[in-house]
Amino acid sequence: MTTYILKRFLQVIPVFLGATLLVYFLVFSLPGDPIAALFGDRPVNEAVAAQLRKQYNLDQPFWIQYLLYLKSIFTFDLGLDFSGRPIAAVLGEVFPVTARLAVMALIFEGFFGILFGLIAGLRKGKIFDATVLVASLIVIGIPIFVLGFVLQFFIGVQLGWAKPTVSAGASVQDLILPAIVLGLGSFAYVLRLTRTSVLENMNADYVRTATAKGLSRSRVVRVHILRNSLIPVITFLGADLGALMGGAIVTEGIFNIPGVGQRLYRAVLSGEGPTVVSIVTVLVLIYVVSNLLVDLLYAWLDPRIRYDS
Amino acid sequence: MTPDNNPNRPGETPGTTRSLEHFVAEVAETPLQAVDQVKEESAPLSLWGEAWKNLRKQPLFLISAFLILVVALVSLFPGLFSPINPATEACQLSSSNGPATAGHPLGFTKQGCDVYARMIFGAQASVTVGLFTTLGVLLIGGIVGSIAGYYGGWIDAVLARINDIFFALPLILGAIVLIQVPYFRANRNPWTLVVILVVFGWPQIARITRGAVIEVRNADFVTAARSLGVSKFSALVRHVLPNSLAPIIVVATISLGTFIVAEATLSFLGIGLPPSVMSWGNDIQAAQSSLRSNPLPLLYPAIALSITVLSFIMLGDALRDALDPKARKR
Repeated sequence: MTTYILKRFLQVIPVFLGATLLVYFLVFSLPGDPIAALFGDRPVNEAVAAQLRKQYNLDQPFWIQYLLYLKSIFTFDLGLDFSGRPIAAVLGEVFPVTARLAVMALIFEGFFGILFGLIAGLRKGKIFDATVLVASLIVIGIPIFVLGFVLQFFIGVQLGWAKPTVSAGASVQDLILPAIVLGLGSFAYVLRLTRTSVLENMNADYVRTATAKGLSRSRVVRVHILRNSLIPVITFLGADLGALMGGAIVTEGIFNIPGVGQRLYRAVLSGEGPTVVSIVTVLVLIYVVSNLLVDLLYAWLDPRIRYDS
Repeated sequence: MTPDNNPNRPGETPGTTRSLEHFVAEVAETPLQAVDQVKEESAPLSLWGEAWKNLRKQPLFLISAFLILVVALVSLFPGLFSPINPATEACQLSSSNGPATAGHPLGFTKQGCDVYARMIFGAQASVTVGLFTTLGVLLIGGIVGSIAGYYGGWIDAVLARINDIFFALPLILGAIVLIQVPYFRANRNPWTLVVILVVFGWPQIARITRGAVIEVRNADFVTAARSLGVSKFSALVRHVLPNSLAPIIVVATISLGTFIVAEATLSFLGIGLPPSVMSWGNDIQAAQSSLRSNPLPLLYPAIALSITVLSFIMLGDALRDALDPKARKR
């Protein structure tokens, strides 16, 4: 296991370096001057531009720029955004909001996805199974912003069950509806994954053995079928945390949630390269680390993985 | 080898071969040959033949194939479905947010444009982006994935890391970063959007292709081809790839839907196609401001978009079931 952890850990480093390099390159080094773009249609004020270039190390060769940027990540001294606030403080403000939203979405999709998937798998071919299968396909097919608008309009505006937009503090209660919208697509995946996995395990030898030795149906389902079926589901859920945080931009836009996605979107629109790079770096880091944790968890749950490699 | 344990070799002592002689009957005389003769209709179907036989009876496949056909016709010849061409006929502000009237079955948008005509003419941009992104992704992901899977070793290790790097940036997130690059900012059109989506969309196909190629590369027929003198590369192109196509086609079908959603999402965010291009994403974005007073202009393009995406996902699902012998038995 130790060798496996070490090996997997070493794989993370090039991915992180590569992804940050890629983002940094895309934002700062492709043709076109990011500082000049800031001035829009107005003539470029050379003195201001030179000052900004110096502030963001853009007067240095590319490799030095990148290394200075890496240093700034590890010292968490990310510099100032274009309105003069420290980027680290901005991140500290927006990340907790999106993290709360993503975790709530994760709990929603995990709980209901596994529950519905288990029931559907145990009753394969019955009405519940067929309904749930078709419904999940439709949910996967409908884009998230359409779902968002429809739910916002009907539940938020027409029925008044939830606030259509989120207030400044983004409390847990306000975030319930957005979290459902964010998690719905993955909910359908979790459901289908659980169902397939349950179907596979139901015919396994150890389940037949457990039934044959007289265990109650509920114990067979809980201990022998469900636990073994959860391994791929847990992998998906873990990897989904990073995807949810990165994908929250649309949901945050619809419900006006002051999170990472909105800040990133504004930074992209106004051409704030340094803020874009910082936010994306943190998102990549979350994605890579959650994938690493999932792989380790997977290896711990399923010994075949670590012995194979 | 001594003659004793190799009795069929010519020129051996009669004593050792006599006991075995009656086994070496002449082929032409044996009646078994007639029995063995493979009749054409009894030949086992190929993977694709079997899949087609299954698919023809699947309602999921028939529905999705029909819907895709309709969407394809609408995007190729929008004029057949709508007498009004929104590109040439100016919208009348006087009918802003107006209800359905004769000749305008779905009412009007805030700008007084015909919702139905815009929905019909919006299909083209969405489908173009989805289709060409999928083709681009298949090309790049297919090449990278098959090289990684087929050659293995350090080539595979290096390509896998590059793949991981691009995978660490989710599609929409990566596209948003790439779109703000000054060049793409200045040239917003369907083709730049295709390039942007291909850059961050190829890793998935590469992974699938790699897995499929690894499964096939050691098959007997590949070894046979190699030992007949087929070069390593043409064995890949002519024997390995055609036999690993099934999972690639399934994933490509589903991702066609995903890319249409990606285009709509980016256009909806206001950074995809420019507002001058008619697309479902742009129409949904434009209708967003009057959602509470008049939700219909948002709903119709949203429904068109969802049905299109759904039919590609359903088609992929049906193909997966038909092409996977393991799933079929269950």
